[in-house]
Amino acid sequence: MVRYLGRRLLQALPVFFGATLLIYFMVFALPGDPILALGGDRGISDALAAQLREKYNLDKPFMVQYLLFLKGILTGDFGTTFSGRPVGQLIAQAFPVTFKLAMMALLFEAVFGIVFGLIAGMKKGGWFDSSVLVVSLFVIAVPTFVIGFVLQFVVGVKWGLLPVTVGSDVTVKSLLMPAIVLGAVSFAYILRLTRTSVSENLSADFVRTATAKGLGRPRVVTVHVLRNSLIPVVTYLGADLGALMGGAIVTEGIFNIHGVGGTLYLAIQQGHAPTVVSFTTILVIVYIVANLGVDLLYAVLDPRIRYA
Amino acid sequence: MSREMVDVQLEPSVLDPNVPLLKVRDLDVQFATGTGVVRAVRGANLTLYPGQSLAIVGESGSGKSTTAHAIINLLPGTGKVTGGSIEFEGNELVGASEKTFVGIRGSQIGLVPQDPMTNLNPVWSIGYQVRETLLANGFTGSRREANARVAELLAEAGLPDAARRAKQFPHEFSGGMRQRALIAIGLAARPKLLIADEPTSALDVTVQRTILDHLETLTAELGTAVLFITHDLGLAAERASQLVVMYRGQVVESGPALKILQDPQHPYTQRLVAAAPSLASRRIQSAKERGQRPEELKAVTGGDGVDRSRGELLRVEHLTKEFEIRGAAKGSNTFKAVDDVSFTVTRGTTMALVGESGSGKSTVANIMLNLLQPTEGTIYFEGQNLHGLGRKAEFAFRRRVQPIFQNPYGSLDPMYSIFRTLEEPLRVHHIGNSKTREARVRELLEMVAMPASTMRRFPNELSGGQRQRVAVARALALSPEVIVCDEAVSALDVLVQAQILTLLNDLQAELGLTYLFITHDLAVVRQIADEVCVMQAGRIVESATTDEVFDNPRQEYTRELLAAIPGASLDVFGSGPAA
Amino acid sequence: MPEPTNPLARPEQDHFFASLDSAVLGDVDVVDESAAPTSLWQDAWRELRHRVLFWASAAIILLVIVVAVAPQLFTSVDPQYCLLSDSLGAPGPGHPFGFDKLGCDVYARVIYGARASVAVGVLTTLIVTLLGATVGAVAGAYGGWFDSLLSRVTDIFFAIPLVLAAVTVMSIFRSSRTILTVVLVLGVFGWPQIARITRGAVMSVKNAEFVTAAKALGVSKPATIVKHLIPNALAPIIVTATVSLGTFIVAEATLSFLGIGLPPNVVSWGHDISQAQRQLRTMPSLIFYPSGALALTVLGFIMMGDAVRDALDPKARKR
Repeated sequence: MVRYLGRRLLQALPVFFGATLLIYFMVFALPGDPILALGGDRGISDALAAQLREKYNLDKPFMVQYLLFLKGILTGDFGTTFSGRPVGQLIAQAFPVTFKLAMMALLFEAVFGIVFGLIAGMKKGGWFDSSVLVVSLFVIAVPTFVIGFVLQFVVGVKWGLLPVTVGSDVTVKSLLMPAIVLGAVSFAYILRLTRTSVSENLSADFVRTATAKGLGRPRVVTVHVLRNSLIPVVTYLGADLGALMGGAIVTEGIFNIHGVGGTLYLAIQQGHAPTVVSFTTILVIVYIVANLGVDLLYAVLDPRIRYA
Repeated sequence: MSREMVDVQLEPSVLDPNVPLLKVRDLDVQFATGTGVVRAVRGANLTLYPGQSLAIVGESGSGKSTTAHAIINLLPGTGKVTGGSIEFEGNELVGASEKTFVGIRGSQIGLVPQDPMTNLNPVWSIGYQVRETLLANGFTGSRREANARVAELLAEAGLPDAARRAKQFPHEFSGGMRQRALIAIGLAARPKLLIADEPTSALDVTVQRTILDHLETLTAELGTAVLFITHDLGLAAERASQLVVMYRGQVVESGPALKILQDPQHPYTQRLVAAAPSLASRRIQSAKERGQRPEELKAVTGGDGVDRSRGELLRVEHLTKEFEIRGAAKGSNTFKAVDDVSFTVTRGTTMALVGESGSGKSTVANIMLNLLQPTEGTIYFEGQNLHGLGRKAEFAFRRRVQPIFQNPYGSLDPMYSIFRTLEEPLRVHHIGNSKTREARVRELLEMVAMPASTMRRFPNELSGGQRQRVAVARALALSPEVIVCDEAVSALDVLVQAQILTLLNDLQAELGLTYLFITHDLAVVRQIADEVCVMQAGRIVESATTDEVFDNPRQEYTRELLAAIPGASLDVFGSGPAA
Repeated sequence: MPEPTNPLARPEQDHFFASLDSAVLGDVDVVDESAAPTSLWQDAWRELRHRVLFWASAAIILLVIVVAVAPQLFTSVDPQYCLLSDSLGAPGPGHPFGFDKLGCDVYARVIYGARASVAVGVLTTLIVTLLGATVGAVAGAYGGWFDSLLSRVTDIFFAIPLVLAAVTVMSIFRSSRTILTVVLVLGVFGWPQIARITRGAVMSVKNAEFVTAAKALGVSKPATIVKHLIPNALAPIIVTATVSLGTFIVAEATLSFLGIGLPPNVVSWGHDISQAQRQLRTMPSLIFYPSGALALTVLGFIMMGDAVRDALDPKARKR
């Protein structure tokens, strides 16, 4: 088990370095001078540009910049935005909000996805199964932002059930609708995954043996079918945390949430490269950590992996 | 009258021997498939008394498993009992509620399922799965008492170090150990009837014997009636007193086991008796003992001596193969699959490499086919050293040695038509043009007795035996001199197996082929091999002509293997001493 | 085994055999020549033909493609011809969906918007499938350190969420955005999924005996990959590609919605949705038309992916 985790950790390192390097490369080395972009459509004087370049180390070679940046990450110094605020402060403000949102979304998609998927898988071909499949297709096909708008309009404005936007009022109630919107697509995928898993396991040999032992149906389903079906679902859930946090841009925009997505979006629009790079790096770290967590969970759920 | 759950009886139950325990009459089972209704069982009859053993024998598709599963209402998919009656202890089971079945399963009727690799839930420990059975069938006692009982049951089933093993998971057990665990589960609640569905067909022969012996003793002690499902006639006759032979869903013959073996009446049973390797090998032995010429012998030399004047084709000297194992315990991190193996094969004869799993026989085969490089040792093919051949020479060598593999469902590319599969060797070696290649494909199909129209078909349309014949045809495509048959008939039904063996034999006579026959089945070896090498743990334990091995086995292991052939102890021929 | 020494009367257990005509014996293992030969693909096609899901999705896809290729067949109105005086006008003859804020004909924009979405979807899927399947097949077939290397590279691209990377890159490309840049961005970051699927499929096939048989014939490793491994891995690749097409169309719409997708001079649904969202309170129906068209298109591809997956499912096969 330790060896298994150790190996996973070792594999995560090149991914971390590779991903951060890639992001850095994308932001800085591609055509499109970030300093000029800062000037926006008005343009910026050469002298000022040179000054800024020096201040933000942009005149040094690429690899040096990257290493300086890494050093900064590891010492907690994320640099400052062009307007002087430390990026670390932005991170401290934005990440907890998005994390809360992502966890709520995760909870929603896990609970509803698994329960509905289980029922659909057990009664495959029935009316519940068909309707649930149609709903899941619909949710995947309609873009998140459309669902977001429509829900916001109908539930928030027209019916007034939930707060329309979040802003600085970060509570479970205000985050409820955004969480549902954020988790909607994953909910559909988890539902389908659970359904397929359950339906496959229902006809597995060991399930027949369990029934032959004299176990009642409820026990066979929970202890044998569900338990085994959850393994791929849990894997998906873990990987989804990173995706949720990174993909919340749209949802945060619609509901005016001052989280990672919102801040990041602004930073991109305004060309604040250090902010963009730092935030994205943290997201990558979250993704890698979440994946390691999934590997751990996977080993707990599936004894065969523990000794691999 | 439906039964309530009864308390587990911890002593063997005493039942009236005059009342049948199980009575199946005119059973009809149907499956609804995409193409219509399939009648899997038609009008099946069988009767079983308390404490008796009965075996249902048949090939795949005979309905034997379906009949057994219908008894406890465990038909897969769309299966349904559509007619007839199943009476257990006088109670009608057809049409009974699921609640009745839950009550009966485990405590009255136990099941030992077929495949030990897939029948245990991989995420729960063995002990958990046994304990579950106890708790579901009326065990009352503390957790500690339950665990103690679990250890007892596992030990009873033949599992050593049971208390510790109970905490382990299925993937940590070997096939034989898993099967013992399944037996423990089946007998845990002391059922009156145990259904054993091919309980040992996936296991090594010696392990099979041990497990079946054990099962026999256990069920005799407990007074449990046993219903065996098997495709092996020899095994059936050895382990059961009653026999039921099924063919395509119908019972074609039934009655006392020995009587049926000695005097089969129905043509199908007669075919089975003629084709079953274990019985055939017994007959050949008996004939030889009496000094008669056995008709069923397929080996070129009759197994009594190899004519060396044909010339040596293959010589293997001190072959060794070591594999590296990842992350093994401290100490050795290599595993010797083949250890100093040497033998020679004479042209035009059949050499059998016999061994159980882990013996290294398949590794030797792969080395012969140049799919693996040996760690040490040399192979001479017609005097030419195979090691260090250049690319071109190696490519040319491939034409002379070809394989036939075990699994008919994996040996043909599902995306290729039969024509393409047979043409590929010719194309790869640039033989002929498209016209001559087509002619050759026709020729090959004729050689394996398949109609030319098969060319256009795809593997998924053919049965296992037919696919294996295509594999034989493919092996012949390049006109090789040696064919390595790696368990080539092990996965086939008995009658089909006999057909393929006859085919291989005829081809050998016609084309002067040399066979290296890898198998775990000594009974098949008796029929077709001229010489035998018995392998164990990578080494050759005994090496002699077939006759010598069967008449005068020198090594203990060889004797064990011979004794383990199902039906070895049967006296099927009336006169003449049993072995 | 215990044989009763004093045999009780058990007539049902006497020697019985069936009459010959009740159980007719066939020859052993004869090839059934009555049925026409079919390959796995033909089998799958037959399965597919019977599913409503397939026909429904095929109809949608066909419709969308026709609209994308020949929008003139569906409207004669120029989608870029906008009169402010028509702003938020109600539907009327020749303008079934009314007008948007800028006075453009909504129906025309919906029709012409199909081209951008379909183009992005198809091109991206092509790139992603070619790149991903190649990487995955090679990684799966060769294994070893080569596989580790490629897997790590795949992981790296996986670690960066698609939309995020696209957002970043597209803002750099602010001044030079075309359909091709969007395709490139989506393609470069969208290939890991197909790579993973292909790798898994190839790894499950590479130990099959027919692959070993090919090796024993002397077929070279690259030839084995192309001729044996990839054809057998095609099924999951096709299913994933079809579904991915749908998700790429959604991704493009999301980018356009965020203002970093296609430039405003290209008619696209994402852009229209973004505009319509601002009118949500005044004219909520505006958002419905481009969203509906988008959803319908994506639905078509995803349903098709589902139908194909079910038809190719080996467990549904008889043998």
